[in-house]
Amino acid sequence: MENFYLEETSKTPKLSFNAQIGKFLMQGRSIPENSIEFYKPLFEWLDNYVKSPNGKTVFDIRLEYFNTSSSKCLVEIFRRLELIKNKDIVINWFYEEDDEDMQESGEDFKEIIDIPIVMNVIEN
Amino acid sequence: MYNCVKNTTDNTLLSTSIRLSVLVKKTSITLDVHQYYQQMQSNGIIMAYKGAASGDLLNSIIAIAQTKLNEVEQKSVIRRRVFTILVEILQNIQNHFDYISAEEIREDVAIMFIMAKTEDGYYKLISGNYVATEDVPSLKKRIDYVNALSADDLKAMYRDRLDNGQISPKGGAGLGIIEIARKSSNKLDYEFRIINDKFSFFSLTVKVAAS
Repeated sequence: MENFYLEETSKTPKLSFNAQIGKFLMQGRSIPENSIEFYKPLFEWLDNYVKSPNGKTVFDIRLEYFNTSSSKCLVEIFRRLELIKNKDIVINWFYEEDDEDMQESGEDFKEIIDIPIVMNVIEN
Repeated sequence: MYNCVKNTTDNTLLSTSIRLSVLVKKTSITLDVHQYYQQMQSNGIIMAYKGAASGDLLNSIIAIAQTKLNEVEQKSVIRRRVFTILVEILQNIQNHFDYISAEEIREDVAIMFIMAKTEDGYYKLISGNYVATEDVPSLKKRIDYVNALSADDLKAMYRDRLDNGQISPKGGAGLGIIEIARKSSNKLDYEFRIINDKFSFFSLTVKVAAS
């Protein structure tokens, strides 16, 4: 299947989802007014991906900040990935050393999502 | 005559701002610009906006707020926290604004947004916008509910909503006010002024410790 790629903008993150090697990346900020509209194509892409996923899926999330409607969309993304939780899948949540808010956000997801979320500190 | 539903802890800045906007409207020809400037200066106002709440303008306000925050705040965690809250406030207004018919409220009096840094070491994010009077009781109830929760309760409620809450067609997730309260770590200060049966003016002041 085709890879999913979107460049970063001032309000939306870079999305780089490579189906062949199972490497996913979300990077930057996510504050669109209408998050569903923005993430819908990705939801659809993931619906296809989970039908024939790569043997290993690694999803790196390097967000600077995001709005609450994006956080709901992140849950929607994770729910799709939970469908392949018996496969080798890991989410890497990155946060800067002193950014307790982004650390806590990662822990929020860790609490409710049934896929391993690994917390990664970026040292300043 | 205004009817007030008020929850006040420290509303000096807010009431000053409201008085000023009235002053501008009524006496625009003789506005004392220097006095106005000094009042803004002494209130620690970093930026102030009054006007339309359309998508493009909100984007501009958000961009300016970010530039200003980069200038005034050294600590990235505080900068991000204030920024995250202000985005949530403005997008919340934008989502609710659609309820008010543009014919009834002129677009140029649509919203007010102020970012200030006070001498006692707080950022204050102040917003004002018209809401439907019929929505006032439910809005008030939601804020009072959130204000009564401890930090741990807020966290639990946020996680529960994130896990189980339905997402609205506009992308609202019912998480905004919880997120604002959680990141602020202070009680939300608000006021509703009932203008008439249809419209009320809602003002919200969110405090964030600057260190």
